[in-house]
Amino acid sequence: MKQYQVSAAEKKFIGSHILVAVLALAVGSFFGPLQAFEHAGWDFYIYLKPFIKSYYQGLTVHGVLNALVWTTFFIMGFLTFNVIFGLKRPLKNIVLNKVGFWLMVVGVVAAAAPVLMNEATVLFTFYPPLKANPFFYLGLTLVVVGSWVEGWGLIITYLGWRKENPSERTPFVAFASLVTFVLWQICTLGVAVEILTMLLPWSLGLIEGVDPQLARTYFWFTGHPLVYFWLLPAYISWYAMLPKQAGNGKMFSDSLARLSFWMFLVLSTPIGIHHQYVDPGVPPVWKFLHSMFTFGVFFPSMMTAFTVVASLEHAGRKQGGKGALAWIGKLNWSDPAVASQLLAGILFFFGGIGGLANASYNVNLVLHNTAFIPGHFHLTVSTAVTLSFMGISYWLVPYLTGRKLWQPKWATIQAWTWFVGMIIFSNSMHVLGLLGAPRRVPLGLAPYVPAEWNSRLFQVGLGGAILFLSGAIYLVIMYMTATNKQRVESEVEVPIAEAMQDPALGPAWLDRWAPWVYAALGLIVLMYGPVLFDMIKNIALTSPGFRVW
Amino acid sequence: MSAQNIHIDSYERNWMIFSFVLLVLFATAVSVAAFGMGIEVPAPEQRVDPNTVATDPNSPWSNPGLREISAGKYDAYILARAIPNWEYLPREMTVPAGSSVSFYVTSSDVQHGFMIQNTNANFMVLPGQVSKLTVTFDKAGTYNFICTEFCGSGHGVMYGAITVTP
Repeated sequence: MKQYQVSAAEKKFIGSHILVAVLALAVGSFFGPLQAFEHAGWDFYIYLKPFIKSYYQGLTVHGVLNALVWTTFFIMGFLTFNVIFGLKRPLKNIVLNKVGFWLMVVGVVAAAAPVLMNEATVLFTFYPPLKANPFFYLGLTLVVVGSWVEGWGLIITYLGWRKENPSERTPFVAFASLVTFVLWQICTLGVAVEILTMLLPWSLGLIEGVDPQLARTYFWFTGHPLVYFWLLPAYISWYAMLPKQAGNGKMFSDSLARLSFWMFLVLSTPIGIHHQYVDPGVPPVWKFLHSMFTFGVFFPSMMTAFTVVASLEHAGRKQGGKGALAWIGKLNWSDPAVASQLLAGILFFFGGIGGLANASYNVNLVLHNTAFIPGHFHLTVSTAVTLSFMGISYWLVPYLTGRKLWQPKWATIQAWTWFVGMIIFSNSMHVLGLLGAPRRVPLGLAPYVPAEWNSRLFQVGLGGAILFLSGAIYLVIMYMTATNKQRVESEVEVPIAEAMQDPALGPAWLDRWAPWVYAALGLIVLMYGPVLFDMIKNIALTSPGFRVW
Repeated sequence: MSAQNIHIDSYERNWMIFSFVLLVLFATAVSVAAFGMGIEVPAPEQRVDPNTVATDPNSPWSNPGLREISAGKYDAYILARAIPNWEYLPREMTVPAGSSVSFYVTSSDVQHGFMIQNTNANFMVLPGQVSKLTVTFDKAGTYNFICTEFCGSGHGVMYGAITVTP
């Protein structure tokens, strides 16, 4: 059976997202290893002085481009593809989606320019009263608004489909992509309010000061669900694509996969205060409640772990795999798209455990803002998400461009080097954090570093070097693939793992939006309403801006 | 149409029960540590005006430092600042072993952090807010306190020390 044909214009449109994403990754990832090298005592920033003024400017470039731009563009491209392909239906109004895309591009340029000019060295959290150039805030706003517009384009496409298919189950990849987008739409309200009511007018000189505690609370309203916005697209691939690629496996449980996406929608926003356990102006009762709900959102991740592993096991056994674990060896490890995502999943296991530690209320006292935190999120966003996206691009780029993946063997090497480099880097960062090393500090220069940290700092640099190599291989493969003269013989098959049980036999309430969206909004009102109401009532716009970099 | 239920495999059901029990155990452990053993996170203490907190003669941070409240009990008023030179005031304090010190820390400019090495004291320092935690120093030695939030070019050199004498 011939697969659904995505139009050439749509393929090009999706591909432009991937292009911007990879460009951002190229620039941003150049600076990642520089931070790691600095820790090991190899400071390259001194040679970059004419362009990049400080470690902190480099760190801002790395954080903004990798955590915000690479992820957001890749995700918007991938979700757009999933909605079109899943629903077997063109975008209802591609112009709307294009407007959103270009708003995002203009936003990235507007935000990146002051960062590269050292006018916005505020890191990717941009905590006030560090005051960046107004274009930085304006640019971020445009990126968010652009992503909303693109998402609306996807929603109207879905509504058009629903009208014609009133009683059908939404195909899983489209369903899960739409849930991810709706989550994004809800959670970005926090940062939108932060920028539009405080940071932007303040940076333009329209208001005198800001309230840093309120700003942090708005920021983390968005900041934690942002993590799920990154993660859920990787989950979509793990649930519904990877089992097929790994050995023609089926998705173990369609209903529970859907249920876990709904749980992410409902639970991932009203837990943001777990990033603020040690903030002075947030009452402990809210910190505690948010910690309990954070344990709650761990539940759908555990469900995901089960379904994904069970689906992979199905694939492994289909390929003749036996034994309790030996089937793992029968998975299609030689396919770089598979190897990347399996390795990403393995490291995510440890990322999840670290995340539970961070979320554990007073345990956070020994972890907050230590090197443990970047150690943690380099397992999650920088491996579970990023390495999965790299794996996805190994089939998606050939699919979109009709050009063969250049040197699949090198792509497999890339996945393994990322895996090894990240284990070394992340493990040493975790240990350093437990020893008391702070994050966001050029530890190679810090005067208080005890000798016992040195061997770990060296390992940070070593891991960074391997990752640098791996990142470089990825970029070469992407470039060589996008310009490959060798074309694929026939359109690349989109890997979609069927569910073991017909989705139509699952309960209808798993395909209804209203109850879940209301539950999400209601829980936000309960968990954030009182604390935000209090903060806004007692707002003190007393902090003027500082440019201290 | 017949009622449709989620089909849940028995292995999966067991896994979900296991997950749930595990999370309840974690939540219980955290609660016991917080409410039974008193390992608490910072609570709202006081709001201040960051523009005058370091200069107003009525503000304790206009004269930061250690005050002995009663035998072995101290209040430490500490000002964190990026301007002019990324430092804590005071930079150094000395207390005898066994002392209980309540730290009251605020900022006169940007956000900072305050983490005392080898203790559970670790919190954000925000302009306009006062962060408070109490630490009992049982063992003699030098405890560095360091800035854990990016506060500008000198962030990496911002630290101080508490000397605990035997």
